[in-house]
Amino acid sequence: MAVTAAPAPPVATRRRPAGSHWLLLAPSIVFMLALFGWPVIQALISAFTDDSGFTFAAWDRLFGDPYFLRALRNTLLLIVIVVPIQLVLAVAMALLVQARPKFLSGHFYLWTIPLAVSELAAGLVWLSVFDSRGYLNSLLVSWGWSGTGVPWLNYTSTGTMLLAVVIAEIWRATSLVFVIVVAGIQMAPKDFDEAAQVFGANAWQRLWHVTLPQLKPSLQVALILRTILALQAFAVAQALTGRDFPLLVGETYQWYVNLQNPAVASAAALVVLALSLATALFYLRTMRQRDTEAA
Amino acid sequence: MNDTGGASVRAGRPGAGVPPGTGPMTTTLPPIDRAPLRRRRRRTIAVQAACVVVSLFMVVPMVLIGLAAVSSPEALLEFPKPLIPSGFSAGTLMAFIEATGTIPALGNSLLVGIYTVVLSLLVGAPAGYALARRAFRGKDAYQVFMLLARALPIVVLSVPLATMFLNSGVYDTVFSVTLLHTTLAMPTTVLISASIFVSVPADVEEAARVFGCSRFEAARRVVFPLALPGLAASSIFTFVLSWNEILGAAVITLGHRTLPAQVLASLGEAPQAYRFAGGFALILPALVFILVMRRYLVNMWGTTLR
Repeated sequence: MAVTAAPAPPVATRRRPAGSHWLLLAPSIVFMLALFGWPVIQALISAFTDDSGFTFAAWDRLFGDPYFLRALRNTLLLIVIVVPIQLVLAVAMALLVQARPKFLSGHFYLWTIPLAVSELAAGLVWLSVFDSRGYLNSLLVSWGWSGTGVPWLNYTSTGTMLLAVVIAEIWRATSLVFVIVVAGIQMAPKDFDEAAQVFGANAWQRLWHVTLPQLKPSLQVALILRTILALQAFAVAQALTGRDFPLLVGETYQWYVNLQNPAVASAAALVVLALSLATALFYLRTMRQRDTEAA
Repeated sequence: MNDTGGASVRAGRPGAGVPPGTGPMTTTLPPIDRAPLRRRRRRTIAVQAACVVVSLFMVVPMVLIGLAAVSSPEALLEFPKPLIPSGFSAGTLMAFIEATGTIPALGNSLLVGIYTVVLSLLVGAPAGYALARRAFRGKDAYQVFMLLARALPIVVLSVPLATMFLNSGVYDTVFSVTLLHTTLAMPTTVLISASIFVSVPADVEEAARVFGCSRFEAARRVVFPLALPGLAASSIFTFVLSWNEILGAAVITLGHRTLPAQVLASLGEAPQAYRFAGGFALILPALVFILVMRRYLVNMWGTTLR
């Protein structure tokens, strides 16, 4: 956390009107309260009330909807599958970068492009692959491995839909973890690794006993950030499968845009918010612990 | 790199330093041990091969959708498709561009992105400056709040925001999307600009004060120009964030959609050709963004924002 590490500079301590920093902070505080704090309250109000007062009607409808439970299950499945794969893949990619291969800047460029690719675009990219008349099936058919191709995105086969969404998510979001891990490796002192080399540790031992422990803080951050971002995934699945593979945030969208029910949409949004808040608090607590350990 | 390998290579040929004329000594030299060199070469090849595999995984899907987007409409319907489309035409892309709403949506996306950059800098940079330069009570609480807000999915709040915007009459405007995107970008803008201002030495500001600048003038004439490159880089990040945001833009607009929201809304009834062309069009800016930003990536996304 570079920001908290900032030393209090000695500049301009004289003649400063007391509290002028609040003038600088006030716009951002007002902004966040008006457009973040107030909507949370609004969401709570609209999810728990109707014309007659306090009610659980929106929640009953939400939990009574078969799509919602499927969406919850799919979202959790996606997180459990995608996040560990991304962590391992990102660490492997960062180690490859450490080995300084030729054309490193070219590889690095290609590996980070998905950082700027939107979720929707990622979904559409993989749609061209997984579509029933797409490139993957074309390949399978022309190689004679399959007669008419596999219906990857058919609404009856949840497994292959999950596979497609998982691959698209790995493609899209591994670069974020990769960048965090590369930053972590760059910040870690090289001395320990060199010392381990001098004492004859092999590559695997150095990775397991030196590099990974040094990367632990970065990996924690990446783990938690990716978990929260994966909770928000929706456009990938929307582009690939429509509503056939529902995800939590996608349900918010459906209830608001297509079913025109803001109360239920707010309830679904609150579920995502609560899950994320739990993860984020966990994240801040581990960060705090790390800060006190470091101090 | 396996440096122990290099060391044993040097140790493996002690004869290199033996002066000529010592005659029979050279014949008894042990054979040169090339195994470490070979091991190193194999390692280099393996690393390069792994890099190529990852690069292919990243590139091939983009190439495929690119090929689909430049295929002629008839070639798109073929099955099984050959890798190189049987007919090229700009028709698929033109159909996307000429589809209702694409051009206005592109304009809206650009406007929202630019407004978001300006607004988030106007509101966020002063706060970042305060965090970087001042020590005050409540600073920790403020930072924890911003970190928390960064981690929370603010965008799911677009549903109650939409109701608020409806009531205040700004629903379905570029302005309302700008407000939402600025909220999304605010925590990162504050944290990044704080780290940028920290890296501007306090001494130069002090010097400007000594030579008679007021505090505001010192900030404007000395600190701001020095922070400008960093702020410009962070602006591009804000722009990319706004450019790629879908859910919020789709929820709080109807007629004035941004480009991703427009594509998402059209997905239901759109033909495959529209989807492929749209996906390709959405990817092109990413190639440019990352090309411009690649030297800032690790610092901004990897370090400052953790």
